Amino acid sequence: MKLAANVRDIHKYYDLGSVVVKALRGVSIEFPKGDFVAIMGSSGSGKSTLLNLLGALDRPTYGQYILGGYDVSQLTDDHLSDIRNRLIGFIFQSYNLIAQYTVLENIEVPLHYRPGHKPISSRDTNRCIDLAQQVGLADRLDHRPYQLSGGQQQRVAIARALVNDPEIILADEPTGNLDSKTEVEIMDILRGLNRQGRTIIMVTHETSVARVAHRQVYMKDGLMAGEGLFPG
Amino acid sequence: MNPLRYLVFFHPARLARSLRMALKSLLLHKLRSGLTMLGIVFGVFSVIAMLAIGEGASTQAQQQVLQLGATNILCVSVKPPEETSDPSQGRQWVVRYGLKEADLKLLDVIPSVVRAIPIREIGTEARYGGRTLNARLVGCTPDYFEVNHLSRATGRFLTDSDGEKFAMRAVIAHDVARELFRHEDPLGKTITVNQQFFRIIGVTRFRTASAAIGSSLSGQDYNKDIYIPLETLQTRIIPGGVDVQRKSGSFSAEEVQLNQITLQVTDPQVVLQTAETVRESIERNHPGMKDVHVVVPMELLKQAEQLRGIFNVVLGSIAFISLIVGGIGIMNIMLATVTERTREIGVRRALGAKQSDIIEQFLTETMVLSGTGGLIGVVLGLLTPQAFQAVRGLANRWILEGSAAGGELGRMFTQMEPTVPYWSLPLAFGFSVAIGVIFGLYPARAAARLDPIEALRHE
Repeated sequence: MKLAANVRDIHKYYDLGSVVVKALRGVSIEFPKGDFVAIMGSSGSGKSTLLNLLGALDRPTYGQYILGGYDVSQLTDDHLSDIRNRLIGFIFQSYNLIAQYTVLENIEVPLHYRPGHKPISSRDTNRCIDLAQQVGLADRLDHRPYQLSGGQQQRVAIARALVNDPEIILADEPTGNLDSKTEVEIMDILRGLNRQGRTIIMVTHETSVARVAHRQVYMKDGLMAGEGLFPG
Repeated sequence: MNPLRYLVFFHPARLARSLRMALKSLLLHKLRSGLTMLGIVFGVFSVIAMLAIGEGASTQAQQQVLQLGATNILCVSVKPPEETSDPSQGRQWVVRYGLKEADLKLLDVIPSVVRAIPIREIGTEARYGGRTLNARLVGCTPDYFEVNHLSRATGRFLTDSDGEKFAMRAVIAHDVARELFRHEDPLGKTITVNQQFFRIIGVTRFRTASAAIGSSLSGQDYNKDIYIPLETLQTRIIPGGVDVQRKSGSFSAEEVQLNQITLQVTDPQVVLQTAETVRESIERNHPGMKDVHVVVPMELLKQAEQLRGIFNVVLGSIAFISLIVGGIGIMNIMLATVTERTREIGVRRALGAKQSDIIEQFLTETMVLSGTGGLIGVVLGLLTPQAFQAVRGLANRWILEGSAAGGELGRMFTQMEPTVPYWSLPLAFGFSVAIGVIFGLYPARAAARLDPIEALRHE
């Protein structure tokens, strides 16, 4: 089976001067293409640190991280930016749309930062409109984020995450700010994407949300604690 | 790294996109952006305005000097300070000083001197019909008109034969004609000056009074002059050169043969050398008397040019400071903006923006602010002459009343025309953009160096 992402014995230490905090102490995990994984764990378990590394926002202290065939463990800042742009789609808990942009412009943002800064063509724009349609926002293209509900904003964020056709989608508590009805809608969209073959890695601490994923992994004290759906 | 990579910044589509992005961000806070821009607007405006005023002042000074003639050397009789008539010292009735006919002869033989034009002038009262006017009676030779750039309104100037015949003929200046004759034609009429009758043969055109130049030459108003042949003045009005004046019950008398000798030199190159010779010659004939001033317009021109340099530097720096203050305003706002938009920066970084992209974004924003401010400032700067007119109108009405208006500073102010030097427009605009870059770079780098993880977590 082809791997979308592969983490091998990753360590992440933070040197705070007097103490060294060991956030990750040797984590290994494989994400096959088309996987849908929920990473669970209490706060301080290291799941956020792992997500930052998976998102190429940070480099591990030791260990290897292979994403889409590239070893991204020790790249320069600029190369990490390119990796994030081409291989990763981010979905945040608080949507993180850009306030001064319309829905369409928000979906286009990753296109601005394509390696080589290719200008946005009309084909690109059509693709963005298609994505907006896919998440059910075709009639809201000219709206600004403050004119949208939380669920609608998260749909924009999902469309934005898809625009560069990424290798993996990283969702950090994607329904953390939403009511349960909207939560179901958003999770339906994610499940639909996974059915189309997208690899989704999601951090959550809600079992109801984690249940949607194919598998659930637990973290504790900077280590993988186990796999499978634990009750409670 | 391939340096050509940076050429991509200048790709028109990318440039347009950066500008559009910057405008969107700036328009989000219209008032804030407008106020920030205002600092640059005033900075650029004041740079241009200050330079325009400096330019105007120096043009004015230059014109005055040029009116005196670049190839001229002026020898002026001055009353030596130690010889002021003191009544308690009694006896000395007549104060003798100044240029003599002998000086004229000596100066005229200097090889580089083309001609030497003597004048003798006294204050007097002119009368016609029932009207009187305080005027300046100038005894001169025909060359005087040409050398002083006087022009004719009607009639003719004095000629050599007028002098040879000791003719009782006069050419009067604009104001004299207006005050004494009102609507009459002065030509052929006779006026009374010092109990003598003079027939008017010509009238000169109005000529703007010249302001004083430093301490070396007092201002001259050519419009209240009455010109008569020097020979006539010397023989019929003040024989022997003694001018008796009655002042509050006492008499004072001065014996001056000539008030001024204007020397015209062959070409501007030799003016300064000739001036040296003239000074030596006068010092030899008037040892230690200090009763003759030698004024060289060419020297004054050089001084005026130096003064203009100093003027421009001083005014320019004051204005430049306000431009820098504008830049600090921009930097301040941009730093606040970076803090406020930390989250946005984090999001952009997560979506693939490099540090250079963030720098580009914020730098574009500051440059749009300072560039737009600069353009508005340039437009305002072009209106400097009009603005100056308005200010002058107000000042004339409310402040410069009576004597102040006639003062040296007042005259300098009222007669000056600020001219916007065209080189100052790109200069001021360039400075405003440069200031945008300089003061925008720090906030932009601060934004780019944020840790994306920290920035995303920022509330």
